[in-house]
Amino acid sequence: MSQQVEKFFNGVRDIPLEDYFTPGHRLCAGCGPAIAMKLIMKAIKMPTIVVNATGCVEVSTSMFPYVSWRVPWVHVAFENAAAVASGIVEALKILNRKRGKQMHDVIAIAGDGGTFDIGLQALSGALERNHKMLFICYDNEAYMNTGVQRSGATPTGAATTTSPAGKIIPGKQERKKDLIGIVVAHKIPYAATASISHPIDLMNKVRKALNIDGATLIHVLTPCTLGWRYPPSQTVKIARLAVETGYFPIYEVEDGRVKINIRLSKFKPIEEFIKIQGRFKHLLQPENERILDYLKKQIEENWSRLLKLEETGIRI
Amino acid sequence: MDQKLEELKLLKPGTYFMMGNIACAEAALIAGCEFYAGYPITPSNEIAEHMSRRMPELGRHFIQMEDEIASAVAILGASAAGVKAMTATSGPGFSLMMESIGLAAMLELPCVIVDVQRAGPSTGIPTFVGQGDVMQARWGSHGDYELVAYAPSSVQEFFDLTIEAFNTSELLRIPVIVLADEVVGHMYGKLVVPEYSKINIVNRKKYTGPREKYLPYSCETLVPPFVAAGDGYRIHMTGLTHDERGYPSLEIDDSRKLIERLVMKVRKNAKNLWKYESYFMDDADVVVITFGVTARSSLEAVKRARAEGIKAGMLKLLTIWPFPEDPVRIAGEYAKRILVAEINMGQLIHPVKEVVRCPVVGINYPVGYAPPPEYILDGIRASV
Repeated sequence: MSQQVEKFFNGVRDIPLEDYFTPGHRLCAGCGPAIAMKLIMKAIKMPTIVVNATGCVEVSTSMFPYVSWRVPWVHVAFENAAAVASGIVEALKILNRKRGKQMHDVIAIAGDGGTFDIGLQALSGALERNHKMLFICYDNEAYMNTGVQRSGATPTGAATTTSPAGKIIPGKQERKKDLIGIVVAHKIPYAATASISHPIDLMNKVRKALNIDGATLIHVLTPCTLGWRYPPSQTVKIARLAVETGYFPIYEVEDGRVKINIRLSKFKPIEEFIKIQGRFKHLLQPENERILDYLKKQIEENWSRLLKLEETGIRI
Repeated sequence: MDQKLEELKLLKPGTYFMMGNIACAEAALIAGCEFYAGYPITPSNEIAEHMSRRMPELGRHFIQMEDEIASAVAILGASAAGVKAMTATSGPGFSLMMESIGLAAMLELPCVIVDVQRAGPSTGIPTFVGQGDVMQARWGSHGDYELVAYAPSSVQEFFDLTIEAFNTSELLRIPVIVLADEVVGHMYGKLVVPEYSKINIVNRKKYTGPREKYLPYSCETLVPPFVAAGDGYRIHMTGLTHDERGYPSLEIDDSRKLIERLVMKVRKNAKNLWKYESYFMDDADVVVITFGVTARSSLEAVKRARAEGIKAGMLKLLTIWPFPEDPVRIAGEYAKRILVAEINMGQLIHPVKEVVRCPVVGINYPVGYAPPPEYILDGIRASV
């Protein structure tokens, strides 16, 4: 059976009614990141400060009078959420000493562009210094805010506006970066993946990370109706298929040890995940079979690697 | 790819109705740009998106980088290897590129950087227009260097000046900036692509002499001939102040020769680089000096002022840097007053004040929109 994350929330009944990320924002109908933000902000402890890098969530939730944040919130530039959060953590140490009061939690939120690409340097520095902060990467696998350009998180074969699927090149040619691999190489105390289709798992991970004294990161898969090109009603279903097909394994790495949280006895075929998304539709044509095979092989290899790491208990 | 075959795939001579950003990308392809590196940012995305489709079609290369620092340096790498290269960005990305612009000047690598200006500072208003990067384009990187910046005010000018930017960068081995703005980038307008034989394309001068006499940063001429890696000559490039061989040097003479050359190659060629257009200047008492999208509303304002009997004229600058001193000075000798219209709190006004003696007044509209003609007309009326 699957190994559950330490339980702060046992089920939907435990989810607090209090919202710190309120409705009325300008994110799309069926927006994956919006669901992630709502769940994450339900799992926080007060007081909390949120640092938000440039991205969909930042631009669409901060327009007066439609501001969604009921906590102190700061938008920084695209590349430096983790660096700004580092400064805040240090300032809080000084303030707490002066005031003799409990420290705020600091959460830095960035999309995949602000984490995998332009924000990676600042993130790496913050992880190395091991500041007590939670970094959330909401991964919608492209630069959705600027019009769906490919990112370091875009999977192989996906069509975006800068990796269009055409006669010469069938979508993105490069691989998706292994974010957790990069992050864990910094020897931080806690890193995990999560999906909006498994809300209790996501919330428990957020609370667990916030209780840890050090730098932590949660990589949340958040489907994008606009960029992945599917009907807005399918967001959670697609997020669940990503987990059930093995495309996005849900696991955590605590002190370097892997623990798979949602174990699959049987994988659904990846085609189920792919066929309902416009960005992948060219992959089902016979000439692109090799890309599909490649994706399947990636999934298999990734799973066997994770299983082996979990089984042996080797610290990575 | 075969040149004839390639020509078939370029934008064909003819008349088009096209978006400014797309016209810029097509111009770059015609100018011979073989490599594009970029990073997503509004309002310049259409250039990268168009390039990502067109470059593979032409057998050329497009890559998306992890940020603007990487984009700017990637095109320098391509240029060092002998290929024409460009990137496009906007305010925040342009800020990140500053160090690399100084590096391009120091390494004398031709490259084109398109800055589709948006309202700033910082994130500002990504989807709205600004003209606040005028001074940054010239002075953004540290140290002494000179570069060229062009400012288009229409789709046609965006096309023409992009080709011109490649030519100038190849001619002088400098970074050239196309200082467009959001309105010009996103506007649809008429574009006439002339016959290819009528388009002037400049390629950098190459060194072909004996190896033992080759000096990569020779001071014999203002612009030393170029050698690409793999051409058979020794190459050593560094951002450190270097001697004629390209090796770091702390000697006063080496330093002076290099810095003077980096600056003088633009200053001595300035007169050939100045591009501007005059409107109603023959008897103008009030002259509006402007550029980019502001020139469009200024022209309308000047026409309305004329209808009211005010002797107004307009000088539209297509070259911003090096600053077109002579035409501005002459305008100042005949006019009673000069107005500088721009979408910022006053940047272009400073070089204007440097060269003219008559009173200079700014018409500033730093709000994220192009100024309406009435706003400029009010400024003209107030000045008489």
